Amino acid sequence: MSSTILVVEQVSRRFGGIVAVDDVTLALKQGEIVALIGPNGAGKTTLVNTITGVLHASSGRIRFQDVDVTAQRPFEAARRGIARTFQVVQPFPRMTVLQNVAAGALFGGKLASVAEATEAAREQLEFTGLSAFADRPASALTLAGRKRLELAKSMAMQPKLLLLDEVNAGLNASEIDGALRLIRQIAERGVTILVIEHLMKVVLSLAERVLVLHHGELIAEGSANDIVRDQRVIEAYLGEKFARRASAANPKFAQRTQQ
Amino acid sequence: MAYLQTLVNGIVLGALYACLAVGFSLVWGVLNIVNMLHGSLIVFGSYLTFFAWHSYGISPLIALPVVALFLFVLGYAAQFAVINRVISAPVLTTMTLTFGLDLILYNFMTVYYTATPRRVTLDLGVIEVGGIVMPVDRLIGMALALLLTGLLYLVLRRSRIGRAIVAVRMDSATAALMGIRVNRIYAITFGIGALMAGATGAIFAVIYPVTTNLTGTYLGKAFVVCVIGGLGSVPGALVGGIVLGVIESFSGQFFGPQHALTVGFALMLVLLVVKPTGLTGIKGYE
Amino acid sequence: MTATQRNCLIFALWVMALAATPLWASNYIVRLAITIAMYTSLTLSWNFIGGFTGYPSFSTAAFFGLGCYAGALSQRAGMPMPLAWAIATLFVGAFAAALGAIILRLRGHYFAIGSIGIVEVVRLIVSSWGSLTGGGDGLNLPLLGGGPNAVARIFLGVMLAIMVVTFIVTVIVDRSRLGFGLRCIEQNEDAADMVGINTVRYKVTAYTLSALLCGTVGAAYASWTGYIDPNDSFSIIMTIKVPVMCMLGGPGSVLGPVVGTAAFMLLEEVFWANFLDYNRAILGAVIVVLIFFLPGGLLALSYRDLVARLAGTSRGKKVPKKVPT
Repeated sequence: MSSTILVVEQVSRRFGGIVAVDDVTLALKQGEIVALIGPNGAGKTTLVNTITGVLHASSGRIRFQDVDVTAQRPFEAARRGIARTFQVVQPFPRMTVLQNVAAGALFGGKLASVAEATEAAREQLEFTGLSAFADRPASALTLAGRKRLELAKSMAMQPKLLLLDEVNAGLNASEIDGALRLIRQIAERGVTILVIEHLMKVVLSLAERVLVLHHGELIAEGSANDIVRDQRVIEAYLGEKFARRASAANPKFAQRTQQ
Repeated sequence: MAYLQTLVNGIVLGALYACLAVGFSLVWGVLNIVNMLHGSLIVFGSYLTFFAWHSYGISPLIALPVVALFLFVLGYAAQFAVINRVISAPVLTTMTLTFGLDLILYNFMTVYYTATPRRVTLDLGVIEVGGIVMPVDRLIGMALALLLTGLLYLVLRRSRIGRAIVAVRMDSATAALMGIRVNRIYAITFGIGALMAGATGAIFAVIYPVTTNLTGTYLGKAFVVCVIGGLGSVPGALVGGIVLGVIESFSGQFFGPQHALTVGFALMLVLLVVKPTGLTGIKGYE
Repeated sequence: MTATQRNCLIFALWVMALAATPLWASNYIVRLAITIAMYTSLTLSWNFIGGFTGYPSFSTAAFFGLGCYAGALSQRAGMPMPLAWAIATLFVGAFAAALGAIILRLRGHYFAIGSIGIVEVVRLIVSSWGSLTGGGDGLNLPLLGGGPNAVARIFLGVMLAIMVVTFIVTVIVDRSRLGFGLRCIEQNEDAADMVGINTVRYKVTAYTLSALLCGTVGAAYASWTGYIDPNDSFSIIMTIKVPVMCMLGGPGSVLGPVVGTAAFMLLEEVFWANFLDYNRAILGAVIVVLIFFLPGGLLALSYRDLVARLAGTSRGKKVPKKVPT
């Protein structure tokens, strides 16, 4: 039941002289929750952009469900079942919350009519706890509300792969817990999830696997436990202090010989 | 050899076009407003210059700075009173608003001055150098155009106001945080746009017919220069102007002068699709 | 009664009022009714690309003018009027579809300028291609027999029919997937892309819709007046007036273009009759007033806001707004 849903093969993306993504190869199995971490400017969002068709890879291939999607356009990605959220939320500001989600159902979810899409949207609003705001304009929501709206809209698209780009940025602790619960529920529905995250607490509690990007290169890949002790990752991103604290807090993570 | 003459004609024309467009380009680049009034402001400057010469015998050379200053004040006032209201409104709103203002100015000029073409006739003769013939008034016009454009460049580069304008163009929110009175800068920039239009008008009064029929033509040329050369930069306007001038000159030679405008517009359309940021490629910082 | 039913009812009443003019009014008023019907169709058409999709198109004159010429040339070639009009419609539609694919890659100011550039280029080409189009001398068409008053009644019917068709298309689009998608594009084009909307196809569809019936109107206009020339057919004033009429009523709505056109033309009548010399200045003043006091159009008017605006003008320090890029 664990088939590979996404394969990224030696993908690079250059902007003039800058190599934002450098020869990255990765594979996602269906139903996984994988985290993508790395310092700012590592190329995480660029990588997601190439997967969703917003940018095209300068070299390499991307296959989604065995279809070559390297040159797809964003709306094609959406229709194939790849949904994403943005770091800076992108609603349709003057439409109601309900209409925003209905857009996801109508176009990405390929429902036949506006009426059907609106019905489906109500379900998603319930699932994400936004039912009370159904008829308010999207611009009236708080940041946490808008992030939920993004999730609801993405879910309405019936995605098979969901790419979450720093969905927790700007949220307080309780809002983050709420978001985590929601993400787990989404995973239970069988959606493969790739989370770009800076909060290690979220990564450690959510991800089965972690990919680490640095200067566009994939420098480490493995379980959360393993990468936390990886010397390269510590140097590039986590910092010595974190590594020490992690070891001190949990003797199981005692420093051993590193790669 | 004939091509050299065509080329020189084109370059002289190009300098005039650069001066015509640079104020328009600045306003567009800094305020993000397409000033549909620009053509009418040029013609207005021409009319004022013409009547100063015709009724009072004032030389256009003296009238130029006065007209320019007067139009600066007009532009500044217009910006403060009217255009500032819509500074972040969508394109449709700002273009339609400036078009509405243009209609008002145009109508008053037509009623007050009538559309009969006039011209400041200065009979300065022609110069011939190495087989190339050039009317002196055009030559002086070119020199003045380049002088004004150069002055604007220096002002933007060296003066405090100039640096403030460039800062606002790069990022108005940050500029405001730095203590720049952004609304004042907008008004000054629009004033400068009007000033350059007026000065261009004064120069044109000697070279071209002065008539309200030309407002649309001048505006059209300003557009084309901006698309060719890029927005908001003086070098951009210079490049755009000269390219347009040379192209018009050569196409006039091959297709006849009546198609010059079409060629310019067609070129603009092609460039819009292929490279809308213009030949200089970047939104320049000068 | 739903909103759509109300809109249709109001529209139907307006159509009947216009249709009834030959019964009680002078020929001058009948001609005015024809012009109102014409411009309402043009404004409803513009609404697809300018209102729903939010792309500020100034191409109306290009479509209208091409419709005039396509219709006129077809008629001169011997075709009966309805066929000539159909040909003009298809020709203009094909033109817009081909052009749209190219020009809709532009946004904001660049799109607006491109769309004006098209009017100019088309006009200049038509003017220069004298052997086909008669150039600056214009074209004559065979006039319908029966005298101007009878002819006017016929063309009132024709223009009203076109207006009704355009309105019906508007209502259908408004409630359809296409309309929903266009509104998404208008509010956030990148998000629309990401949600699964083929933005290129939707925009080209809207642009083509905005052109089709302009072609029909143009062809019918040519048949009515019997003479067209490049300056009147490709008039920049028309291409500016149409968006203004839509803005006056409320862009993106179903009834807005109808209300806006009616209000604008009645205003114009009042002023035109008395101040012929200043009609451009008055049009300009109307535009300025409209933009300041009616930002959403007549149908979106909030009287409380209006009073506050009038009272609060030029008062206090304004926070400088961010210039959109």
